[in-house]
Amino acid sequence: MNTQLTNEKAAAMTAKRKTIEISGLNFFYGKTQSLTNVNLDIHEKQVTAFIGPSGCGKSTLLRTLNRMYDLYPGQRAEGAIMYRGKNILDADQDVNMLRAKVGMVFQKPTPFPMSIYDNIAFGVRLYEDLSKGEMDERVEWALKKAALWTEVKDKLSKSGLSLSGGQQQRLCIARGVAVKPDVLLLDEPTSALDPISTSKVEELISELKLDYTIAIVTHNMQQAARCSDYTAYMYLGELVEFGETDQIFMNPARKETQDYITGRFG
Amino acid sequence: MNSAAVKPVINPVYRKRLMVHRVGIALSVFAMSLGLAFLVWILATLLYKGFGALSVDMFTHDTPAPGSEGGGLINAITGSLMLVGLSTAISTPIGILAGIYLAEYGEENKVAAITRFVTDIMLSAPSIVIGLFVYALYVANAHHFSGYAGTIALALIAVPVVVRTTDNMLRLVPNSLLEAAFALGAPRWKVAMLVRLRAVKAGVVTGVLLALARISGETAPLLFTALNNQFFSADMNAPIANLPVVIYQFAMSPYDNWRSLAWGGALLVTFSVLALNILSRTLFSQKIPN
Repeated sequence: MNTQLTNEKAAAMTAKRKTIEISGLNFFYGKTQSLTNVNLDIHEKQVTAFIGPSGCGKSTLLRTLNRMYDLYPGQRAEGAIMYRGKNILDADQDVNMLRAKVGMVFQKPTPFPMSIYDNIAFGVRLYEDLSKGEMDERVEWALKKAALWTEVKDKLSKSGLSLSGGQQQRLCIARGVAVKPDVLLLDEPTSALDPISTSKVEELISELKLDYTIAIVTHNMQQAARCSDYTAYMYLGELVEFGETDQIFMNPARKETQDYITGRFG
Repeated sequence: MNSAAVKPVINPVYRKRLMVHRVGIALSVFAMSLGLAFLVWILATLLYKGFGALSVDMFTHDTPAPGSEGGGLINAITGSLMLVGLSTAISTPIGILAGIYLAEYGEENKVAAITRFVTDIMLSAPSIVIGLFVYALYVANAHHFSGYAGTIALALIAVPVVVRTTDNMLRLVPNSLLEAAFALGAPRWKVAMLVRLRAVKAGVVTGVLLALARISGETAPLLFTALNNQFFSADMNAPIANLPVVIYQFAMSPYDNWRSLAWGGALLVTFSVLALNILSRTLFSQKIPN
């Protein structure tokens, strides 16, 4: 009984290990402030979901975690995002190295205009010098991880654009997984997909969380309830409530959260 | 109750709209047939006179001396191929690289904005002005006409076409595709070359083919630069024969065999341009970026 308790404690300890700690985060599109004083921890090998009505800043928050906003002049973030002990908002942060560690999958499938094989190999080649055999293995491994291997193994040299929408999205997930990142950011990964593809991607998410820390933005509250361990409810650029998913959906502390998840608002 | 057939009621507003529609269609068809009639007339004349001039001699003999019989266009065909080929080889890399620069930095940079503006002016610059420019800068200083001078003039005409199409094509690539590449930690140059350019490869090739089509019929800039050569010559540092200038000179000559060769040459040029246009259209229709 005593050992069981220690085991549970140990499990709870690992579950609580933080990969990303966000504190006092403000975000600006030019002069418009779109995130205000966001404080939030993302836990290792857990799925954290961001929910909230359109324009609440959940995608913006996700895009600060790999500094995607850097591509656009005029967008800037203030505060601190500690990733494995280093503030990634610091000017000396190498954004390419960061993005190699913190991968992202987007709302719309974005296969590159090249073969299925090269779509996967593209990211790997950026940071690793693999032999042909090793690369073949890696491509197969990533496609298996994304539950796409059996569907495409005979047509790896075909264009990535020849796949269906759901397959394209799983190709993009495989591409993100192939570089063996630490964190995966998913920005509404199923909003452009049919229900069957959606359930495949959701199964995938619960598989992937064994190896990766995952942050997912979703419009679909059932999806957040099904897939995530932690949920953050955001509204008008502020974090309204953050906690374990069960608690947020069963017993929210704030009335606004309850109104949103019960559909009385939003 | 209402057993009588219901008469269709024609709404007066609808009747008026129908009238306007018919008049509009009639005017459009008239305008279209007017334009098409002239085009068909020109092509028919060209085919009629040009096919009569086509012969094996045209591809085996040099342009004839005044007053002599027969003759061909082989020196002009070779010269044209050399001039157009070399200027395409020069203008393609310059044009594509400049187009990439404009698409990548055009938003944030004054130099790029000015380059784009100047490119647009160059696009519509009369070709005779470009010929005069090369004449003044190159031919006048070298003291002789040459194939190289002609190449420079043609390349100056082709570059802006390639720049503009490359720039326009690259801007069609959706941001989401670029973000996906950046999200893997790819540096900007790799995103630009391996993802963005590749996404619109067909469109960029179309631009090169259109530039090729444009310069293969240019006459004015060659009058000042490559001039012409009655004999076969592959020396690019000397005056060189070429189809447009031969057509220009032979068409106005008093000799029947010269005028006939001019028609033959015109047919050749027209069909190569037509072939290039069809090729570029089929290439472009195959792939359009998502």
